[in-house]
Amino acid sequence: MAKDQMNGSEILIKALQDQGVEVVFGYPGGAVLPIYDAIFQQNKLRHILVRQEGGAVHAAEGYARSTGKVGCVLVTSGPGATNAVTGLLDAMLDSIPLVCLTGQVPTHLIGNDAFQEADTTGITRPCTKHNYLVKDINDLARVVHEAFYVASSGRPGPVVIDLPKDILMALGDYLPPNKVAHKSYNPRIKGDTAIIKEAVKMLAGAKKPIIYAGGGVINSGPGASQLLAQLAHITGAPVTLTLMGLGAFPASDKQFLGMLGMHGNYEANMAMHDCDVMLCVGARFDDRITGRLDAFSPNSKKIHIDIDPSSINKSVAVDLPIIGDVGHVLEDMIKIWKTSQAKLNDKALKSWWKEIDGWRAKNCLSYRDDAKIIMPQYAIQRLYEKTKDRKDVFITTEVGQHQMWAAQYYKFEKPNHLMTSGGLGTMGYGLPSAMGVQVAHPDALVIDISGEASALMNIQEMSTIAQYRLPVKVFIINNQYMGMVRQWQELLHGSRYSESYMESLPDFVKLAESFGAKGLRATKPDELDGVIDEMIASDTSVIVDVCVAQEENVFPMIPSGAAHNEMLFGDEDKVAKPVSEDGMVLV
Amino acid sequence: MKEEPIRSHTISVLVDNEPGVLARVIGLFSGRGYNIESLTVAETRHKRGLSRITIVTAGTAMIIEQIKAQLGRLVPIHSVADLTLDGPSVAREVALVKVVGTGEHRVEALRIADIFRARVVDSTNESFVFEIVGDTGKLDAFAELMKPLGLVDLSRSGVVAIARGTGTLETE
Repeated sequence: MAKDQMNGSEILIKALQDQGVEVVFGYPGGAVLPIYDAIFQQNKLRHILVRQEGGAVHAAEGYARSTGKVGCVLVTSGPGATNAVTGLLDAMLDSIPLVCLTGQVPTHLIGNDAFQEADTTGITRPCTKHNYLVKDINDLARVVHEAFYVASSGRPGPVVIDLPKDILMALGDYLPPNKVAHKSYNPRIKGDTAIIKEAVKMLAGAKKPIIYAGGGVINSGPGASQLLAQLAHITGAPVTLTLMGLGAFPASDKQFLGMLGMHGNYEANMAMHDCDVMLCVGARFDDRITGRLDAFSPNSKKIHIDIDPSSINKSVAVDLPIIGDVGHVLEDMIKIWKTSQAKLNDKALKSWWKEIDGWRAKNCLSYRDDAKIIMPQYAIQRLYEKTKDRKDVFITTEVGQHQMWAAQYYKFEKPNHLMTSGGLGTMGYGLPSAMGVQVAHPDALVIDISGEASALMNIQEMSTIAQYRLPVKVFIINNQYMGMVRQWQELLHGSRYSESYMESLPDFVKLAESFGAKGLRATKPDELDGVIDEMIASDTSVIVDVCVAQEENVFPMIPSGAAHNEMLFGDEDKVAKPVSEDGMVLV
Repeated sequence: MKEEPIRSHTISVLVDNEPGVLARVIGLFSGRGYNIESLTVAETRHKRGLSRITIVTAGTAMIIEQIKAQLGRLVPIHSVADLTLDGPSVAREVALVKVVGTGEHRVEALRIADIFRARVVDSTNESFVFEIVGDTGKLDAFAELMKPLGLVDLSRSGVVAIARGTGTLETE
């Protein structure tokens, strides 16, 4: 044996360290025992033991999204890998960079229906950006370095490395990262200058411009958000953000119209519908954004900046596609805007803003207040008011009504501070994600805005939170319903609440206590502030059970199958504008 | 909305010859609901470990653009070319056609094979196996004519195609 040779597990750990990995979220099992042995014998790489593999992936997502680094996951073969699948697809749809290491049965047993064997590369192929099965120890280091490169470059995404146990124990040579160059994957970073010039011209000629930005801005790094604000300010154009983009432009900026889409602000959706030039920055015209496609922003010229060519012209045909990294393209765009002394027509812009102010006056986020019952919107507003002056607040959410209320009523000023499952809509995402955020930012205030149904989907991670003394706060908007399901049943299925009522809920206060956390409850509006104060002041993890109005709906809303200018504003409205047959089949 | 016309396109893809690469391509088509009319794959550059996949697919202009972008996004793919759009190209397919019969049918089969420049690659007293090379239309026509003459089995290679002139897939 050559003296500088290492075994597979040691090579793996060394490669992770050289990639700058500090934390790995994982769960051991037979196939990955050699890796866990190597972890045991070193101190640089920290392992966080989750309680279910799904939690590990969401934790890594929260870690990645709040830091801009690649999240790292380690799970065993078979059920370990299949439990990770949902999180991988979640990361795929939200473009979160992850490297997930999965154990595999030894190479000679692959295909033999061995104990805890799964065709992991086969199963994860459609839910990862790329995956590898390492069959030769001499490929191992290269594959790990490649995986980090693939996960983090271009449009980020999850990468799986499947590791047969015999490879983990075989001896081989280590290869440092600088010796590895990918032979086929080279995403385009710089935009085409000629097209950017044209885009500047198109934008400058607009009478009713709008900037519609998404998660791509956040993925491009904090610099891209600053450039977005700069472009908005030198042009004077209004800005709207997708759910994944919240924080990429300060919510307090007077040019911000709020979130757009199905539960977006009236002014944002109306401005999208009526604009004449749309600049889409790192967003993908998702069906939650566009509403009815043939009525989507019918009179506008569209410019689309995206690093992923397959996002261009996928559902909405655009006039000027710019392929490149958002940050680089925005930088060039600003430069060209300034050097060409471009300027929007003052008069037109003023009258556009006047029109927008008219829509704003509708005050679409107003809701019926109640002195006796806590309104869910009010709960989130109070949470925002109580936390807005702190610098280090990170919010995660689960999926459903509370997620939309969080997006509407919590105001995000900075990128990377909202972690939410946008594309896949994975209930149970928020709690483990908050755990990952807290690991990355030990002193920050990390709050999972949750619903009582979603909270139970990964509640086992409270045990992880206890083990590592992570002061995660779980703020449950408890309406005792799967609220969004119930809302759709009310609007589309004649209020037949089929299986959407959460019966036999646990006592969340006692549940918190059983995990060594603090449990708090608010049932009346005047209790809310005190409970939030106590939650914030607590240096341990807390579950807050906020008992809210049970049948409150999320408004405004573009019902499925409707257009941006056909929004519903409240319960009175829904009767007047019933959902069409075509809309019923859409999700 | 007016219906966009659906056209057939021949797409050439240069990929790393590694396990799973074909599954990625096929999975992309089935997962996103694109159709495959024909697909061929073989290693073409032994030293560099590259394979060439030729796919014939049909869709509206927007879908074809999506297919190409989605293919380009797969990590082991080096280049994607649309031979239908990018300029003139040559496409060929091979078919092996088994015709069983005796008497006048047998003679007629041989005569038609001659017209199509199909070769006899296997023969018994009651059967021929013809090898025919050509574009998809020629092969279709040949098979159609052989049907009443005793066509019992047919094996087609799928389309291989290449750009005319000096251009290559890698430089495109």
